[in-house]
Amino acid sequence: MTIMAADVTVERTAEVWARLESVIDPELDESVTELGFVTSVGVDAGGQVRIDFRLPTYWCAANFAFLMADDMRIAVAALPWVEKVTVGLGEHMYADEINRGVAAGLSFQATFGSEASGELEEVRRTFMVKAFQRRQEVLLTYLLDHGHEAAVLLRVTVAELAALSCDSAGHRLIVRYLERRPVVGSHADDRAFVDQDGALLDAGQIHAYLRALRRVGVNAEFNSALCRGLLATRYGPGCAPQVEVKPVHFVRSIGVARSN
Amino acid sequence: MYRTTDGEEIFIIDGHVHLWDGSKANLKNVHGQQFIDCFYAYHSNLSPKEYLWPKEKFDKYGEEAMYSDLFVTGYDDMAICQPTYLTDFYKNGFNTTESNYVLKGKYPNRFIVNGAFDPRDGEAGLDRLDELSERYKIQGVKLYTAEWRGDSKGYKLSDPGVQRYFERCEKLGIKNIHVHKGPTILPLNRDAFDVADVDDAATSFQNLNFIVEHCGLPRLDDFCWIATQETNVYGGLAVVLPFIHTRPEYFAHVISELLFWIGEDKILYGSDYGIWSPKWLIEKFMAFELPESVSKETGVQLSLTAKKKILGLNAARLYGIDIDAQKKLLADTRQTATV
Repeated sequence: MTIMAADVTVERTAEVWARLESVIDPELDESVTELGFVTSVGVDAGGQVRIDFRLPTYWCAANFAFLMADDMRIAVAALPWVEKVTVGLGEHMYADEINRGVAAGLSFQATFGSEASGELEEVRRTFMVKAFQRRQEVLLTYLLDHGHEAAVLLRVTVAELAALSCDSAGHRLIVRYLERRPVVGSHADDRAFVDQDGALLDAGQIHAYLRALRRVGVNAEFNSALCRGLLATRYGPGCAPQVEVKPVHFVRSIGVARSN
Repeated sequence: MYRTTDGEEIFIIDGHVHLWDGSKANLKNVHGQQFIDCFYAYHSNLSPKEYLWPKEKFDKYGEEAMYSDLFVTGYDDMAICQPTYLTDFYKNGFNTTESNYVLKGKYPNRFIVNGAFDPRDGEAGLDRLDELSERYKIQGVKLYTAEWRGDSKGYKLSDPGVQRYFERCEKLGIKNIHVHKGPTILPLNRDAFDVADVDDAATSFQNLNFIVEHCGLPRLDDFCWIATQETNVYGGLAVVLPFIHTRPEYFAHVISELLFWIGEDKILYGSDYGIWSPKWLIEKFMAFELPESVSKETGVQLSLTAKKKILGLNAARLYGIDIDAQKKLLADTRQTATV
């Protein structure tokens, strides 16, 4: 009986970790578990879950901290056996407010009252667009490097891109890109590659377009390196996976590493 | 002064240094503690091992250590003090124009001391700006937009009330506005690091120079875009440069993006001392070459000319420093000291 209960707990803990993997730091477009933000998951027999997490500094932006905490709660609450999720952010300037707000299921505005002037859709969208741009740049660069013609690629639809025959690294980049493609609106017969406003791209200008997008990727990778480093300094080495990736194509490196 | 292997002398103006007091005795609250601890995490994370300081030195290093680290063991010839008051966190302030000026009193030819203003101080703040200008003849101000003030957790350059301060700066001849974008600008639901307000201010005040410290990090991408649109926006390399040691590939990409988008005439070296020290930063920067793959992609070079501009010529232009005259002055001072 005890052994069975222990097995269930181990299994459920693993399910929680798997759900948490899908929660991203909106600014970095990387999973909160890969970044080493989540420190512990506790599951009890009654279906109550406790998740603890921390961030690289006391000063990390409150809106992103709230989004991550609330996304964790929502992702884990979706498991059928979960009765209650408690998320605990530690050592942060707004830890108390965020923990209270998320526990009560309050919106961001309700959590922060006069310190906020609305919800987080706008800031979330801003960073989803950046994630879209970054993933698009990496994918397009990859496909162009692998012999695809710009003029042909830019006519491909979303459905055709999903079915494009490709090696496993390329396939992973396609999957990652298509995850973010709906950010700018998406139907299966839409063109797969459009700019942030949904406009078609010009094959003749593609290299200048990609150069401009590369700025977004370099910035995100730089921030990611800084955040990982600060977290490791704050909580000791080994607290976060120190992924050694070479710029500029962080996503590509991860994709290649995973497909190996 | 840095001498190249060919014997060429490179005059170095450090655009961003601090003399702070983050010691226990000066703390007001946990935020002050977390602030200096966060700085120390930047220091520990990005410095070479042999340049790591014990926390006690880091909390309060004092004037003599600073002079020595910048000008004796370091290669700086001059340095610009950028105050950060943080009076809600520290009893006597963290790093003030007043304490910076005591240092300048000792070494007058070495330091340029900037002032600061906070638009939330209203009319009294304008009077104080007049006073700083009159007393210290400041040519620049450092703005820390994330500074906490009572219930307020920061401000934006586009807030009503800031304009009057820029107008006063123009009138007083305070031309250089160093902006440090920090987190937690209210309202909290907006992007705390958004740099769009710098764009607004730079467009409205074409006679002022806006030096965006840390190149707008963590919004370097947005910063590059703004800086290409505005002729009076510059990038300060503090925080960006130390990556040259831990992550040279990232540094290569970032500096090439900056060279591509804003150009070598608008990038300023800053050590952010005491977070990092000029000695290793300058040695590594002078030895640094862009990998061929990077310069091929961006079409830019980090030439010796570009390095000289970044390390001193650009700041000299903004602060009206005649480098030859200044070299002579410093040589004379040294001679007097030995006599």
